Amino acid sequence: MRFGVVVFPGSNCERDCFHLVDQVLGRPVRYVWHQDTALERVDCVILPGGFSYGDYLRPGAIARFSPVMGAVAEHAGAGGLVLGICNGFQILLEAGLLPGAMLRNRSLQFQCQDVFLRVEDVETAFTRLCRPGQVLKVPIKHGDGNYHVDPEDLAARGRVVFRYSEADGRVTPEANPNGSMANIAGLANLEGNVVGLMPHPEVSAEEVLGGTDGRVLLESAVRYWEERGPC
Amino acid sequence: MRWRARVWVTLRAGVLDPQGAATRSALVSLGFTGVQTVRAGKFLELELVAASREEADRQVADMCRRLLANPVTEDFRYELEGCQEG
Repeated sequence: MRFGVVVFPGSNCERDCFHLVDQVLGRPVRYVWHQDTALERVDCVILPGGFSYGDYLRPGAIARFSPVMGAVAEHAGAGGLVLGICNGFQILLEAGLLPGAMLRNRSLQFQCQDVFLRVEDVETAFTRLCRPGQVLKVPIKHGDGNYHVDPEDLAARGRVVFRYSEADGRVTPEANPNGSMANIAGLANLEGNVVGLMPHPEVSAEEVLGGTDGRVLLESAVRYWEERGPC
Repeated sequence: MRWRARVWVTLRAGVLDPQGAATRSALVSLGFTGVQTVRAGKFLELELVAASREEADRQVADMCRRLLANPVTEDFRYELEGCQEG
């Protein structure tokens, strides 16, 4: 299974994602430039965090028109795996690959902290090794993570995968770091092969960084791909 | 023909506006106690070349729908006027 990490102008988490796949998972990975029009021999494409195009206009609004995004949409449509982390999630929303949109954090502050995530859906490509209701500790670092969606659009096009919760899994207003509707932290498309989330699993995959809970997302993707094979 | 478009992008009714809420509370603390609501938005001004008003109008509407506003959270409106060459 081969991974690709897309680099947009202003991405800043691409090296962490690359490191995770290369050093922690030990799988082949390469960078994909935003100007590329094809994802050659990539099975799982990661859209990393950062501030693509300076977050001008809206986070992800300009990056979604990058040449590579046509290839990402094609890849997703063909059953390939796509993981959007933070700004990558915002790009997936702007591109319409997942429903909804991001608003400024309710606090108007850039939130940089560990959060707990309750896994709501273990049928996606990136959560199949999780237990239902499992709680993961993963950090967030964002200013625009206040998720907003028309509930009908969400029901028609997406599945809630992660909610901000307490350490024991209770979903409470206090556990919501940014004002997201229904504490939503991450989503999948209906098929479960495209997942986006605001927290950063790539920096919570090694003990030296304070935790390994984030590793399960990528390990799930590897397992999924080994079981299903290329579509 | 050159045209000038002024575009207002605003949050849709019912969408929470943290910036507007913070601005309102700052105004109230400055003594503007009558301020009931503040909604923050974006203003963009652009000049474009198009053969006719209809063509310019069509292009600006398309720009708003595809990039300048996000239909999930935002509404837009614009004004269009001809501008002098040079």
